[in-house]
Amino acid sequence: MSLITRLRESRFWPMLWKEFIQMRRDRLTLGLLTGLPAIQLILFGYAIQTDVRHLKTVVLDESRTAESRALVSVMINTGNFDLVGAVADRTALRNAIESGAASAALVIPPDYERNIKRGRTAEAQIIVDAADPQSSGSAISGAQLAALARGATIIAEHYRAPPPIDMRVRPWYNPEQRSAVFIVPGVIGILLTITMTLITSTAIVRERERGTLEQLIVTPIGKPSLMLGKLVPFMLVGFVQMTVVLVLGKLIFRIPTIGSFALLYVLTVPFIVASLGVGLLISTIARNQVQAMQVSFFFMLPNILLSGYIFPRVAMPVPAQWIGLLLPLTYYLTILRGILLKGIGIEQLWRPTLALTAFAALIFAISVRRFSKTIE
Amino acid sequence: MTAGGAPAGPPAGPPAGPPADAVVIEGLRKVFHSGLVAVDHLDLTIHRGEVFGLLGPNGSGKTTTIRMLCGLLTPTAGHASVVGHDVAREPEFIRTKIGYMSQRYGLYDDLTVYENLRFYATVYGLHGRARVERLDKHMEAIGLTSRRDQLAGTLSGGWKQRLALACATAHEPEMLFLDEPTAGVDPAARRAFWTSIYQLAQGGTTILVTTHYMDEAERCQRLAFLSRGHLIGLGTVKEILEHFHQPTIEDVFIELQERDEGAAA
Repeated sequence: MSLITRLRESRFWPMLWKEFIQMRRDRLTLGLLTGLPAIQLILFGYAIQTDVRHLKTVVLDESRTAESRALVSVMINTGNFDLVGAVADRTALRNAIESGAASAALVIPPDYERNIKRGRTAEAQIIVDAADPQSSGSAISGAQLAALARGATIIAEHYRAPPPIDMRVRPWYNPEQRSAVFIVPGVIGILLTITMTLITSTAIVRERERGTLEQLIVTPIGKPSLMLGKLVPFMLVGFVQMTVVLVLGKLIFRIPTIGSFALLYVLTVPFIVASLGVGLLISTIARNQVQAMQVSFFFMLPNILLSGYIFPRVAMPVPAQWIGLLLPLTYYLTILRGILLKGIGIEQLWRPTLALTAFAALIFAISVRRFSKTIE
Repeated sequence: MTAGGAPAGPPAGPPAGPPADAVVIEGLRKVFHSGLVAVDHLDLTIHRGEVFGLLGPNGSGKTTTIRMLCGLLTPTAGHASVVGHDVAREPEFIRTKIGYMSQRYGLYDDLTVYENLRFYATVYGLHGRARVERLDKHMEAIGLTSRRDQLAGTLSGGWKQRLALACATAHEPEMLFLDEPTAGVDPAARRAFWTSIYQLAQGGTTILVTTHYMDEAERCQRLAFLSRGHLIGLGTVKEILEHFHQPTIEDVFIELQERDEGAAA
């Protein structure tokens, strides 16, 4: 038999054909597969704002001078503080913060301008509701920077000399420091993880539950055709989802896409294979669809928390960083952000690529071995 | 118990063909991971073209035996050959020669009647013109032409059973395994099903069937009784009745079941 005939008559094709028909008719899965990219994107793109800005701020200005007003406007101009009103005394200030009307307060004492004029250190206070350290962190550092900047201006005016140091911060790759730029590429990774593990494992377990897997096993369909026919449709879905996120991310969140798309799609292959391997592995462990779903969620959790998707890995305790190194998503995120935001190529990305490929080969080999053509 | 007014009797004699046996089982044994011995030292031979009934109470090892013969389970010990090939060494070759239908039917509820048939026919290696002709023939034979585009999940039990049989025999196998194929369908559908079975047998197909219905058991040419993994009775209906000194196969079955429960207690 010629190669072309063998290819044309491969048992992979009826499997693929059947899988696409089923996918088309399964409204729930279809909805999940197509709706998920949009929902994830909007959920994570909009909701996750690790940079907390625009804290509602009240001002207790006991100085009421040109200098104190200048300090207020410097603070407001950082964008970290939104002026919501002035308070008359400390009691009103406490009330404003306790009631949640404000989460920060700027206190300028009566002698503020006088001390500046006399060349003494003028004191001012920023009170921040720091119950949630993540939301107060950037406000605090913003306030300190603003005060330093204001001090430098005052010194320059006073001594009529240029400031001794002029430090300019240049935030590369994400100049406006928007969370979405960091998060949206990660959505692709999370989405592929969900599709390849949760959706794939439940699809395989469903065949076992319904008795059709048993029926398939007694047919002469080979293990490669059976598995490829089952997995390739999800692989294609994964690439479509990725494309949807890229397009929507570009349109809605204006994420930069400076790197090579071709490289991105090529390096996505090992990640998809690794994730499919995990999905296949879950399908060999789980006895029913509910179990498959539970195991998948159990796998999702470290992926969301420890891969660097939302929380920076460098800030994690060392054991958590090690666990992160065992997740294919960790490497894929480096690749995603590297290509999309920094526009770097394979020369800089060969390490995560190598790790990802090794993972893909290992996990897939293990799960293929476990996925035997018997029903034991 | 009588044959329930069945129109057709067992077909006469095996057809001409290679004088080999369709199934040869020697010392077959299956121990599950749990330690359960499902089948123990089973010896059995099924002749080509025979309609062979495998009987026994639940848990007697009928399904496990069929699954080993189909390559769904690996035997722990012993040998079995199907259509002249060893199940452990050549499972993939055997799969091209056999059909298998379980009580779960193995149909895709979200595919139509025609799509199910087409899928299995293609998986069994039918292509192009041959496939179209074969599918049309089968659709006609099972009387599902008018339901061609109906989703299999919306069919009644009897129609599902017919479709399942058509899917299992789309490639015209030499050997057909039927594991409780008539569980849960009405008497009319069961009768129609057995008519199809005899047609297949007359066409030369060897059939191994398990059942709980005694009227069906009496339609088989030869029977084997299993109890807790052992073979405890083998022969034609007449021979079995004489051996156990019982008036009907149902009485034999009940006696065996009681003996089995007594031994297990």
